Amino acid sequence: MFVINCPYCGERDQSEFSCGGEAHIVRPKQPTELSDDEWAEYLFMRKNIKGVQFERWNHAHGCRKWFNMVRDTSNDKIHAVYKMGEKPPVI
Amino acid sequence: MTKYRINKTRFVDQTKTVSFTFDGKEYHGFEGDTLASALLSNGIHLVGRSFKYHRPRGIMSCGSEEPNAICQINDNTDLTEPNVRVTEIELYEGLKASSQNCWPSLNFDIGGINNLISPFIPAGFYYKTFMWPKSFWKKIYEPLIRLSAGLGKSPTQPDPDIYDHKHEHCDVLVIGGGISGIISAKIAAKNNLKTILIEDKNILGGSTIYQNNKHFIIDNQKSNEWLMNEISELEKLDNLIIKTRTSLAAFHSYNYLLAKENISDHLPLVKKNDGIRQRLWKIRADKVIVAAGAIERPLIFNNNDRPGIILANSVKKYLDFYGVSSGLNNIIFTNNDSAYETAVSLFEKGISVKIIDIRKKSSSNIVKNAEDLGIKIYWNSTVVNTFGYKKIKSIEIMNLSEDGSNVTGNKHKIQCDCLSISGGWTPMVHMHTQSGGKLDFREIDQVFVPSEKSENHINVGSCNGDFELEEIVKNTNNKVKKFLNINESGFDKISVLCSKELEKKNIWLLPNTISEGKTKSFIDFQNDSTAKDIKLALREGFKSIEHVKRYTTTGMATDQGKLSNMHALGIIADTAGVKMGTLGTTTFRPPFTPLTFGAIVGRSVGKFFDVVRKTSIHEWHVQNNAKFENVGQWKRPWYYPINNENLHEAVQRESKTARDSAGILDASTLGKIDIQGSDASEFLNRVYTNAWSNLGIGKCRYGLMLNEDGMVYDDGVTTRLGENNYLMTTTTGGAANVLSKLEDYLQTEWPELDVYLTSVTDHYSTASICGPNSKKILKKLFPNKDFSDEAFPHMSYQDAIIDKIECRIMRISFTGELSYEINIESKYAKSLWENCIKAGEEYKITPYGTETMHLLRAEKGFIIVGQDTDGTMTPIDLQMDWIVSKKKYDFIGKRSLYRSDTIREDRKQLVGLLTDDPNEILEEGAQIVSELDKKPVEMIGHVTSSYFSPNLNKSIALAVVKGGKKMKGQKLFVPMENKNINVTVSDFIFLDKENKRINA
Ligand SMILES: [Zn+2]
Repeated sequence: MFVINCPYCGERDQSEFSCGGEAHIVRPKQPTELSDDEWAEYLFMRKNIKGVQFERWNHAHGCRKWFNMVRDTSNDKIHAVYKMGEKPPVI
Repeated sequence: MTKYRINKTRFVDQTKTVSFTFDGKEYHGFEGDTLASALLSNGIHLVGRSFKYHRPRGIMSCGSEEPNAICQINDNTDLTEPNVRVTEIELYEGLKASSQNCWPSLNFDIGGINNLISPFIPAGFYYKTFMWPKSFWKKIYEPLIRLSAGLGKSPTQPDPDIYDHKHEHCDVLVIGGGISGIISAKIAAKNNLKTILIEDKNILGGSTIYQNNKHFIIDNQKSNEWLMNEISELEKLDNLIIKTRTSLAAFHSYNYLLAKENISDHLPLVKKNDGIRQRLWKIRADKVIVAAGAIERPLIFNNNDRPGIILANSVKKYLDFYGVSSGLNNIIFTNNDSAYETAVSLFEKGISVKIIDIRKKSSSNIVKNAEDLGIKIYWNSTVVNTFGYKKIKSIEIMNLSEDGSNVTGNKHKIQCDCLSISGGWTPMVHMHTQSGGKLDFREIDQVFVPSEKSENHINVGSCNGDFELEEIVKNTNNKVKKFLNINESGFDKISVLCSKELEKKNIWLLPNTISEGKTKSFIDFQNDSTAKDIKLALREGFKSIEHVKRYTTTGMATDQGKLSNMHALGIIADTAGVKMGTLGTTTFRPPFTPLTFGAIVGRSVGKFFDVVRKTSIHEWHVQNNAKFENVGQWKRPWYYPINNENLHEAVQRESKTARDSAGILDASTLGKIDIQGSDASEFLNRVYTNAWSNLGIGKCRYGLMLNEDGMVYDDGVTTRLGENNYLMTTTTGGAANVLSKLEDYLQTEWPELDVYLTSVTDHYSTASICGPNSKKILKKLFPNKDFSDEAFPHMSYQDAIIDKIECRIMRISFTGELSYEINIESKYAKSLWENCIKAGEEYKITPYGTETMHLLRAEKGFIIVGQDTDGTMTPIDLQMDWIVSKKKYDFIGKRSLYRSDTIREDRKQLVGLLTDDPNEILEEGAQIVSELDKKPVEMIGHVTSSYFSPNLNKSIALAVVKGGKKMKGQKLFVPMENKNINVTVSDFIFLDKENKRINA
């Protein structure tokens, strides 16, 4: 059970948050221009890394804000949290 | 005093007698006893039967690692609990314990027959034997297994006890109140750190507290006396919380730990009644110091499971802590020095003791001490067999060969009534690994020790692999100081003297003269798996420790293999000829010891189990005999029976009245989201499949929301309240998820949109009135309003006032009838509802619930998201092409609507089904087939909604069928258990295709 440092609220228990999967997957601006394969790449393909992973998290039972988090999935160490739209840190 | 209570100690108050029963017979012990020590003081070793072979089993240890001595307590009362370790129950007045797993009685057990046929029950026997024939399973195998399997009995009554949860934060949490835990806690607390020390026993001190041997001296005192002083000092410290009777259950990441405190388990029955029984502590600690200690290992030899065979240090604890001698004619069988402390202690109390040591010699102080006392020691020897059915009577020993792989010479028989065994020590690394820590294997004494990488927890004492008193004290002091950044402690100048073990030897499976197949060398005592089983598993090709474990069930009993895992690993390594460190270990999962369900759920029982949401009209529903249905957390009226109507009768009446005259539905539970901002219209364009920019103010529109994969996600009517203000409604169950999803898109994909979302589900309540007379009722309620179709058309809304209270009236239809919804602030909703009922009285208005609503919608072919859809239906599948905008460039899910998979023509599509017999009602969920003779039967769809329609006077159903769009008129079958129902595919709109009723 992690402690997550919400960029808006500060440190809170993991039970207040929900994970929204891989971060930095941008919804295509012109989906109709895409082939089935390209659309499927956006829609279905997600990384499942053992190690440092960039994830979306939502402070669901708090400020309800979405933000990004860098987590090492092998030991749950959280390397960084940053707001939506901010540049991902280099880890 | 009984003849086995041979010693007075400060831990057991021999002036206070406690009576208890075991298997119905009354016995006496003293305050401070455990059930185990009290039984042993009465000379009782046999307490249970083993799981598979039903062999007689006795008390083997003195703690949570106990595999054999588990019992049922307080049987036939609502307080009964199975599988309780007798070594952990503190004795209390009135305790009733009974043995488990034996029928008809402990002393005569019919399952013991398994012991005689055991050559035929090898590892994997159940897997291999009960696989076939299939027909045997239900009638023969299962009842047979059920009869003889299982441990204790589950309670049949609700648990009367109260359980509690508590959150706690601290700077330092110390797990374990033995000598290293006490040193750690003292250093931490003295340095102004808020410290918690938890200990699972009722008294601090671990095994040092009863260590009174002259070879173990700290600061010129016997180690137990030194520790006693330390404890009394410790108890004076302000910023230290000491929690005894509290055991660690789980060590999660980020130093989040669960610990269970026993509050009333040790109290006499009469005092248990009203308090909290157990409390689960949820602790977040900045730093954790694990001082969990070590568990003594058994030795693996033939017939090593008889009652009277006990771990050596446990024998010492029973003697020096409880004053009970486990036997009067003792033999100690060991591979290490620690068992000599037991021998010396027994000898000093005048009890006969001999030692068998697999080593050739040992030159430590404690061994010299034993030799000087004249205790007989058989060096380089091993036990090859034991005798005595219900209690050990004698053993046979032999000499070991030079390399220890075999036995030589003659067998030598020795009488005894207790055999103490010691195979060395296993550090309790469970906590460390639960937290994510890894282990290193230490070759010299064959132990796994923590490999420490975390900055936030350390292991000290014997759980860290420090077994000798001097290294325990000194290493703990140094390590804790470094961990907590402390320069000096009160333990820096401490002097420690102790016996040091110089010769080490370990044989995982001791050799024998008879072949392995004929021995019973138990590794997992509770699950009855033997060395032979493990070797069989290896021969059959299992290699991974995790597989061997599951195949042989080693380590899978309620003790989770605390005593067996290391030997299983060792024997696998030896047999496979690999180094033990390379095999890894099985995973140690929480909880460390079994938790009660009560402790896990705490106060969340009964009406506190889950949140219950009620509408503000709920009381009226209750008073009017509504039956309720759970929809998410909501209690929604299901139907309102009159007199003794059943569900079907009530729903038929409600549905008929609603279409013939008037009906009223509490629609308050539908999700309501207030949408504001200059981009609100654009936002709706993107989230719904249809167009929204052209919706006039004061108008309403039905919308369908998809997931990005094109599947229908939610639906509802949204009303334009103002230029930049909409009120969206969602399904009852989908409300929270829809809001989350919309927020997600707004915050992450379209942050440039000026849109704000607020859930107003609880703020407004809704009465929905439908039926041909609804307009007349509305006129009575709002006499000043013009309800003509011109002034107030379908799909529009107007503000209104009732009883001086503002409300909104939407002319929208849930049911296909002429219909109005009145939205009002929730606190006025009940009064509004009562007004509606009163105004509708002359039209015999009927309140109706969710069942009638579903029926009315099904008649019109209106889908219910979540009932007629299941996350795999596109709007095209639902034949709702009309709501999918062709003009809009993009909306959520649009691109997915023409993926190769979603344009397949044989997808499951929504159809209507009519039964050939109009009185036959299909079962929802029933499968649909087109060819009855085809093998295997191909299921082409299933029924999603099915009712008898009182308005059409026939059975109707909605279904999804592969390629159903093109099957209109086709005959299909719905096979049931005892018949096949003939159906015909029809249009899915059964009633009023022309939509005339909306403007009736
Ligand atoms: Zn927050």
